Amino acid sequence: MIKKFDKKDEESGSGSNPFQHLEKSAVLQEARIFNETPINPRRCLHILTKIIYLLNQGEHFGTTEATEAFFAMTRLFQSNDQTLRRMCYLTIKEMANISEDVIIVTSSLTKDMTGKEDVYRGPAIRALCRITDTTMLQGIERYMKQAIVDKVPSVSSSALVSSLHMVKMSYDVVKRWVNEAQEAASSDNIMVQYHALGLLYHLRKNDRLAVSKMLNKFTKSGLKSPFAYCMLIRIASKLLEESEGGHDSPLFDFIESCLRNKHEMVVYEAASAIVHMPNCTARELAPAVSVLQLFCSSPKAALRYAAVRTLNKVAMKHPSAVTACNLDLENLITDSNRSIATLAITTLLKTGSESSVDRLMKQISSFVSEISDEFKVVVVQAISALCQKYPRKHSVMMNFLSNMLRDDGGFDYKRAIVDCIISIIEENPESKETGLAHLCEFIEDCEHTVLATKILHLLGKEGPRTPSPSKYIRFIFNRVVLESEAVRAAAVSALAKFGAQNDDLLPSVLVLMHRCMMDSDDEVRDRATFYMNVLQQKQKALNAAYIFNGLSVSVPGLEKSLHQYTLDPAEKPFDMKSVPLATQPITEQKTEIAPVATSKLPEKMAPSRQDIYQEQLSGIPEFQGLGPLFKSSDPVQLTEAETEYVVRCVKHTFAGHLVFQFDCTNTLNDQLLQRVMVQMEPSEAYEVMRYVPAANLPYSQPGSCYTLVRLPEDDPTAVSCTFSCTMKYLVRDCDPNTGEPDDDGYDDEYVLEDLEVTVADHIQKVLKPNFGAAWEEVGDDFEKEETFALSSVRTLDEAVNNIISFLGMQPCERSDKVPENKNSHVLFLGGVFRGGHDVLVRARLALADGVTMQVTVRSTDENAVDVILASVG
Amino acid sequence: MDSFALEPTLYTVKAVLILDNDGERLYAKYYDDTYPTVKEQKAFEKNIFNKTHRTDSEIALLEGLTVVYKSNIDLYFYVIGSSHENELMLMSVLNCLFDSLSQMLRKNVERRALLENMEGLFLAVDEIVDGGVILESDPQQVVYRVALRGDDVPLTEQTVTQVLQSAKEQIKWSLLR
Repeated sequence: MIKKFDKKDEESGSGSNPFQHLEKSAVLQEARIFNETPINPRRCLHILTKIIYLLNQGEHFGTTEATEAFFAMTRLFQSNDQTLRRMCYLTIKEMANISEDVIIVTSSLTKDMTGKEDVYRGPAIRALCRITDTTMLQGIERYMKQAIVDKVPSVSSSALVSSLHMVKMSYDVVKRWVNEAQEAASSDNIMVQYHALGLLYHLRKNDRLAVSKMLNKFTKSGLKSPFAYCMLIRIASKLLEESEGGHDSPLFDFIESCLRNKHEMVVYEAASAIVHMPNCTARELAPAVSVLQLFCSSPKAALRYAAVRTLNKVAMKHPSAVTACNLDLENLITDSNRSIATLAITTLLKTGSESSVDRLMKQISSFVSEISDEFKVVVVQAISALCQKYPRKHSVMMNFLSNMLRDDGGFDYKRAIVDCIISIIEENPESKETGLAHLCEFIEDCEHTVLATKILHLLGKEGPRTPSPSKYIRFIFNRVVLESEAVRAAAVSALAKFGAQNDDLLPSVLVLMHRCMMDSDDEVRDRATFYMNVLQQKQKALNAAYIFNGLSVSVPGLEKSLHQYTLDPAEKPFDMKSVPLATQPITEQKTEIAPVATSKLPEKMAPSRQDIYQEQLSGIPEFQGLGPLFKSSDPVQLTEAETEYVVRCVKHTFAGHLVFQFDCTNTLNDQLLQRVMVQMEPSEAYEVMRYVPAANLPYSQPGSCYTLVRLPEDDPTAVSCTFSCTMKYLVRDCDPNTGEPDDDGYDDEYVLEDLEVTVADHIQKVLKPNFGAAWEEVGDDFEKEETFALSSVRTLDEAVNNIISFLGMQPCERSDKVPENKNSHVLFLGGVFRGGHDVLVRARLALADGVTMQVTVRSTDENAVDVILASVG
Repeated sequence: MDSFALEPTLYTVKAVLILDNDGERLYAKYYDDTYPTVKEQKAFEKNIFNKTHRTDSEIALLEGLTVVYKSNIDLYFYVIGSSHENELMLMSVLNCLFDSLSQMLRKNVERRALLENMEGLFLAVDEIVDGGVILESDPQQVVYRVALRGDDVPLTEQTVTQVLQSAKEQIKWSLLR
């Protein structure tokens, strides 16, 4: 302790840091005294402390200098000073990755770990395991086994935790220590118990039965350690989730019993586990919610935080279960910890009534600037959910959101707000103008390119249809003047949409467009020139095709087709119709705000399901020459869920053919199926061309076989057909344990359910963002109209859903949502018929006794119109 | 709920930090590679300090991580874990760290005293968390194992209050039952 007093005398200023201005080279220089004899423990200790301090500050040590210092340090093992020795262990651990040849200290550490000094043994084990590899581990295996069952807790714990670290590297060696770990688990020391349990679980986690046995044993015998209890609860809930068992299992009872544990940590863990269980009923939640309620009034901030955070999660799924806590939550909204207050308010927003919304919003706005971005996002999410629940409150919310939008905040936060405003605009037409105005204001000063382009796109879509479109032009053109290339390009596209839709604005838009043609960026110039020329034609059809409704092809598909075309240049121009269509409409999806923790952007553009199928099918030689894949249906189950063989079918539509893909799974472990194919008997003039069997179908490994069918050429309107299907195969019995099959097999067959091909299989969904323009573009050359009475349908909603699922077309302009209390509705559907012809359907629905429907179909192909009308009838 | 159960693991702690009242790092130990480079770590520490040093609340959610913290005079102690982690477990680590240091520094938990006993801090943290696993949660044990010379452990007032506190807890729970 002399050192301490020396220091105090030397330095009088209180803010000084003896470690400040440490020079790495100077410290390493000092480290030379490690080599002096006799060793001066106090000075050496101080130097080691400095080295570790430097490492801790993130100072970089080169391999040579680190190795040099490390080797000098090894001499210090000669001293018997306890603290010095302990600091040596730490230095070894810190330098394990930077210095070379650290294994030189193995024998010293082995000596310490088996020595008499208990103070050395634990830390020596941990240091040793840090520098050991799999081969050397076998050398010390005997000592490790002894250490695990050592009666000194620190030694046992150190050995267990080190073993756990080693599992990743040397699973096979550590696996042999299971018996020792088992013995340690019955130790009296709470930490040893916890560590032993953790190690046992990691060694056995792939063996469900062993885990479940272990769990059984410990839940019966009971443990002393609260940490171990938390671990047990986690293991139990994981097991419950995997088994998908009912909540009447003993595991659930165990977790519930932990709600009465005397440690808060365990009680909370149990409550949180119950809350996180999928499909928990209100009755099962109740006890968990009531302990959380109790925690809400705890003096410990961490406990209150944990409780509200968990209640907040409950409120997302079961708002009614949390209503009982409303009073406690009300008390928390003035909590000095803003995180707690925010969580309490957002929870209340989910559970409270419409009347409390105004009050809560006021409370939030008083401190919204003090909380971290993560919580602001939580608040925005709560508001977004609230707007859907109480659409009438949108003006309050909109005000609040616009204020938040003006505040400082990171990208995730702003994106959440923008998404929320956009979703409000889409849900409530009357809020459109205020919402757009707020967004316009926001892009005036917005540093996030992604958000600016997103908003510009929205303005282009919605702006022209507002009563006074001209006021948006200024905002948009400002962007052209002030922003980066990407934003300028988006602004140009938005401008074009105004010009195309509003004739009186067209001249001004053309003037602005002309200026954009001098832009310094290629993309902006190209877009401006392109739109300029399209707009000057003043043709509705052109506007619709090139300005409102962009490409509807799948981007990876287009890339592949173009690549193919360049590899093999042909005389004829590239045909857009040969490109597969995008399966998922890219825009106008429901805006979902990503959860807090996972908001890592940007996501990679994943290939759609159909692109994957296209890839798979093109790999099968029999299916060459069918052209691009037009549509793949959702899988249809052809067997009951619990049968010997599970078969589902995906229908792939090509220009003139259908390919049925049968995904089969063999659930019998004593059978190997070979040459599996599905024989199909069509009811109509469809012709089965070829079967592609699956060669082998072993137990529980799914395999696919295919059937190729040609569509009738002479009758293009024959779109629906029923196939009776029989699976045929060769059975070879096999040993369930080894999977070894018998030499002989026998033929067998299995009758599957009938498979239907309907009109929906011939139509691909395509979203037309501006349906009116698309309607004009297609024109009335092949327009047909018919009226139907849907007598069995009672509501407009039902009728709309029926039509959409029957035709398999994309509802446009959000017309799939029927406003409440209306007696009539117009549904717009967009799609592309097999062969690449656009099909548009306008269905006027009127509710009287049953629903009367007037269907108008337009297409670029007469057949398509006939097919649709024929199939509706 | 989000259909995930906590993966049962002993790896609880992602980092232990001690900053001074300028937000400068006095001690930092990261146990996984959430922040792999020194630059990212320093940025995180800056963020954490800005968000916490003015409030005396003890828990926050930052960059998707749960942060429990405690300040004393001119020191800020932080324990960081996943946002799905049991907050009370992290709290027990923080309390253990603070109480151990408090005993080792004879309740004189401030920057200067800490800097003069850095080796004690290094050893204590090493005894409390090993590679992200909670090794010990009892401050008495930690102090005993660090075994700094000359630091005999007196039965101070604090331990008396601790006993009283735990007695209170016991009574509360027996009432609730």
